[in-house]
Amino acid sequence: MLDDLDLTEYEPVYTRPESFTDTIMRYCPGCTHGLAHRLVAEVLDELGVRERTVCIASVGCSVYTYEYFNCDCVQAAHGRAPAVATGVKRVRPDSVVFTYQGDGDLASIGLAEVVHAAARAENITVIFVNNAVFGMTQGQMAPTTLPGQVTTTTPRGRSREEGGYTLRVCELLSQVEGVAYLARRVLTSPGRVRAAKNALRLAFEAQLEGAGFSLVELLSACPTWWHMTWREAFDWIDQTMTRYFPPGEFVNWRGCGQAKE
Amino acid sequence: MEDRSGATRKLMSGNEACAEGAIAGGCRFFFGYPITPQNAIPEYMAEHLPEVGGVYVQAESEVAATYMMLGAAAAGTIPMTSSSSPGISLMQEGLSYMLGCELPCVVVNMVRGGPGLGNIAPSQSDYWLATRGAGHGDGRCLTFAPYSVQELHDWSAEAFQVAARYRLPVMILGDAVLAQMMEPVRLRPRGEAMSLDREWAVGGGLKGRERRIVNSLWVVPEVMEQVNLRMKARFDQAEAEMVRFEEVGDEEPEMLVVAYGSMARVAETAIGWAADEGIRARLLRPISLVPFPYAAIRVWAERVRLVLVLELSLGQMVEDVRLAVEGRCPVEFYGRAGGPLITPEDTLSVILSMAGVRRML
Amino acid sequence: MNRQDVFLAGLGGQGVLLAGQILAQAALRSGLEVSWFPAYSPEVRGGEATCTVVMADGPVGSPIVGRPRALVLMDAGSVERHLPRAAEGAIAVINSSLAPDPPRPDGVRVITVPANELAQAAGSERSANLVMLGALLAVRPVVALSEVEAAVLDALPAHRRSSAGVNIEALRAGYRAAGGDVSV
Repeated sequence: MLDDLDLTEYEPVYTRPESFTDTIMRYCPGCTHGLAHRLVAEVLDELGVRERTVCIASVGCSVYTYEYFNCDCVQAAHGRAPAVATGVKRVRPDSVVFTYQGDGDLASIGLAEVVHAAARAENITVIFVNNAVFGMTQGQMAPTTLPGQVTTTTPRGRSREEGGYTLRVCELLSQVEGVAYLARRVLTSPGRVRAAKNALRLAFEAQLEGAGFSLVELLSACPTWWHMTWREAFDWIDQTMTRYFPPGEFVNWRGCGQAKE
Repeated sequence: MEDRSGATRKLMSGNEACAEGAIAGGCRFFFGYPITPQNAIPEYMAEHLPEVGGVYVQAESEVAATYMMLGAAAAGTIPMTSSSSPGISLMQEGLSYMLGCELPCVVVNMVRGGPGLGNIAPSQSDYWLATRGAGHGDGRCLTFAPYSVQELHDWSAEAFQVAARYRLPVMILGDAVLAQMMEPVRLRPRGEAMSLDREWAVGGGLKGRERRIVNSLWVVPEVMEQVNLRMKARFDQAEAEMVRFEEVGDEEPEMLVVAYGSMARVAETAIGWAADEGIRARLLRPISLVPFPYAAIRVWAERVRLVLVLELSLGQMVEDVRLAVEGRCPVEFYGRAGGPLITPEDTLSVILSMAGVRRML
Repeated sequence: MNRQDVFLAGLGGQGVLLAGQILAQAALRSGLEVSWFPAYSPEVRGGEATCTVVMADGPVGSPIVGRPRALVLMDAGSVERHLPRAAEGAIAVINSSLAPDPPRPDGVRVITVPANELAQAAGSERSANLVMLGALLAVRPVVALSEVEAAVLDALPAHRRSSAGVNIEALRAGYRAAGGDVSV
């Protein structure tokens, strides 16, 4: 029995990050929100900034983000997290401020807020989880829904006539001066997870150095509303989603990115 | 400029006096978006806030400005924004979230003609928005309506203490007259910045304290009810402590005139002229619209033949006056909507005709 | 209580609002209570500009005046629109450079001043607003000319004080044209 194990004989090699609370997450099986949370928490731990971090939660599947991250949190209205983050950061410039937003929150109702926070070079970090669908409201079309993708509001597949075209947020923001760090990553293999974590660390480092706005887009699985197994969902990300949303580093203030000095 | 009393006064527009009043009251964080007729407020803040170590941010919309305020208030300050009617409509959602999060702020509304895009002329058609508003849910702003540039300056300063004391949004309700007119102002000295040290504030480092969550999502109805009851308790306290009004005119009036803001200025002159015509009228001017001076109006309703309500609208505050009067005497209304001004000459005619009609009854 | 009102109107760019502000500043200097209330059309350039200055030795009361007792009208359009609003016994100063041969309604004293020409002679046609203000003061001395001259200086930013001479000269030219004696 597990209860009979004497744990003192073991050295822990994988523990819960201090930046997590003990709350059990309520995400669906196969969803990668939990993994994205974990990477953010590990980065906050490793940078030693948890105690001065303020998380801005958004509206969508990740609405309870404030219950999971063990730091000060503010719950924002749908789409407004970058504006709330702006207010917090301007009053508390020493705080590390990040928003955690899905594609409906960030790319639909909140597109203006994220673009203008970037244009103002607000010293905040945005974690953008893109799973190409509205999850919490049960599977409607998102701005990032792919052409041809079937959702509950594009029952014949997204087309120019029904739903219009797909928005690519990183490509859009890569045109905005004021962005210090901008990358898109996937979470479908251990190597890709490590690359995603590295991008998250760079994004927070950009903020700590006062370099400006940083955003990491994470392509995320939604087996529930894609009506797939987790394996099918991961394959769909690798084979279909990444063709429309190529992973990469779009802006890096340290000069290693494709654009910007 | 020193006047005869030796006091230093400066000729300022309502917008400028309002902005300087806020700085004097401790405002250091202002989030703005341009809209006529209040543009001089964000412009003044952009120019002068840096002098006191403050921050001005031009938001991308009134919506964003309100949520910047939410973030700033969550971080402990009492933030400010200003706008005019269409922009205030957009702010309603954010004000509801601020009430839900139990966060204070100061909002200035320089009302213009509406509905819709309307125009940039003076109006009082946002009374309902300002007194019933703050978006969805069971909360309200505390609302104050100055009637001179000096009062605008003073209330703009006081608003920060009021917002902090009751942890509620405070709205200063002006209009295109008060925003743009210039009058001499006795300026308040610039006070210290509002403290960030509040028991709910995020940021500033945990330093051994528990983490804090600023939130308006309460899924369990009984928990959400508790938030509402806390808010109501603070509102009730404000209602007991913050009723403000002024009266001028006849001590034994046959008619009580009720008007606020710029309309009260017009009424004041007209009542003086009416006295010359033998009409005994008294002006009661609510300064606090929320909380409303129901009791003071009720007392006069027992003693006058008629209450006349004057507004630059088709009749909004008149509903509160009727709630105060409760049928004790007739309540008549005169107003214009959409921007035309009511002159003292118009007002005198209305007073004379109302007095004549009542005397014949 | 002594209450005086002055209504000024003209085309955007004629300095109507500034002339009203200078009058308001002079009233403040004189220890009076004062309000200056502007109204203008939404165009940034052109369009109509009007303002009302109310002065009193106690609270001014209404900053809005339905039937003004003194009017300064800078062009033909404002004469057409606003002269009919003049109160019984009002005085109206009209810029005959842009409104030649204005109507002379019963009960209103009309004074015509070729403000543009007088301003040009004083050094700048842009000072026609001050010519008109000077003329008003000669016929309706709501505040002393010396206080208005001081208010002109108050209104100029430090780097433009050198142009004060033209403005003062324009003010005095208007005052003289309406029968005032600047030596008083």
